[in-house]
Amino acid sequence: MRQDKLIISNKKFNSRLIVGTGKYKNMKECAKAIKLSGADIVTVAVRRVNITDKKKPLLMDFIDPKKITYLPNTAGCFNSEEALRTLRLAREIGGWKLVKLEVLGDKKNLFPEMIETLKSTETLTKEGFNVMVYCNDDPLMAKRLENVGAAAIMPLAAPIGSGLGIQNKVNLRIIRNQTRLPLIIDAGLGQASDATIAMELGCDGILVNTAIAKAKKPFEMAKAFKNAVIAGRQSFLSGRIEKKLMGSASSPKKGII
Amino acid sequence: MKKKIKIKINGKMNIIDDKTKLSVLIQNLKVPLKKVAIELNEEIMDKKKLNKIYLKKDDKIEIVHFIGGG
Repeated sequence: MRQDKLIISNKKFNSRLIVGTGKYKNMKECAKAIKLSGADIVTVAVRRVNITDKKKPLLMDFIDPKKITYLPNTAGCFNSEEALRTLRLAREIGGWKLVKLEVLGDKKNLFPEMIETLKSTETLTKEGFNVMVYCNDDPLMAKRLENVGAAAIMPLAAPIGSGLGIQNKVNLRIIRNQTRLPLIIDAGLGQASDATIAMELGCDGILVNTAIAKAKKPFEMAKAFKNAVIAGRQSFLSGRIEKKLMGSASSPKKGII
Repeated sequence: MKKKIKIKINGKMNIIDDKTKLSVLIQNLKVPLKKVAIELNEEIMDKKKLNKIYLKKDDKIEIVHFIGGG
């Protein structure tokens, strides 16, 4: 099989699994889980430096941004202004252009505020950012994001951190069929098989944080997700059999004694 | 004695010498410049030009970096 890589804004990545760096017990655990997951891209948040406690460890001391692509996010932003400010700062830290836009609309369900998301995507794209967009699973909105220059469409499977798994396969399949952009499932996965299902639907990748970080054994779950994404992708590329209502024997009838 | 001014760094009040250069403040805070971004009064600063900025009363500085997030 020819090299099957995830391509986002002309950049190639070996792994189709993107992992978050939040919710781990400590940075050491986070760094080890990421290594085991095989991820080439990790999401990171932009926050104030603790200027009073300088001994606090820095993420960059544990995860080398030269080896793993940092994908700055806008987690915690509830409008376009906050999101733009955050990502412009992220870019200033070290020239990051590939970013994850996430404008939330509701503090409880953490669903995306799509009007603000659309506005921000357009502005950021014009400013030269490659914007991977956390969005709902509405095919019409996905199309509009694509039209304003999104670099990747990242619909949720279920609410962030819920672990509910994929709730709307139909919408995801419709989005898959309408776009050539990278389609990455972002948020809501609970276990490795959810990742396989997403990949079998034809998604280009998945993004997961809580399901690994909060598993009883995060290192084992990181490996499980790695394998699940690979299995799902292989299954998708292999072309599944048609579904039939009746049985079809696997052994030939000829020569039955 | 140098005149002192009040400024805000990451939301907290700080008292510094008047006309301190932003580059000197960052140095004094021992912040690793390569790993942060700096905003002065909501305007992102070019990290190469911090030595041209003199701080004044009531300036608001934000220093941010990357932390774990999903």
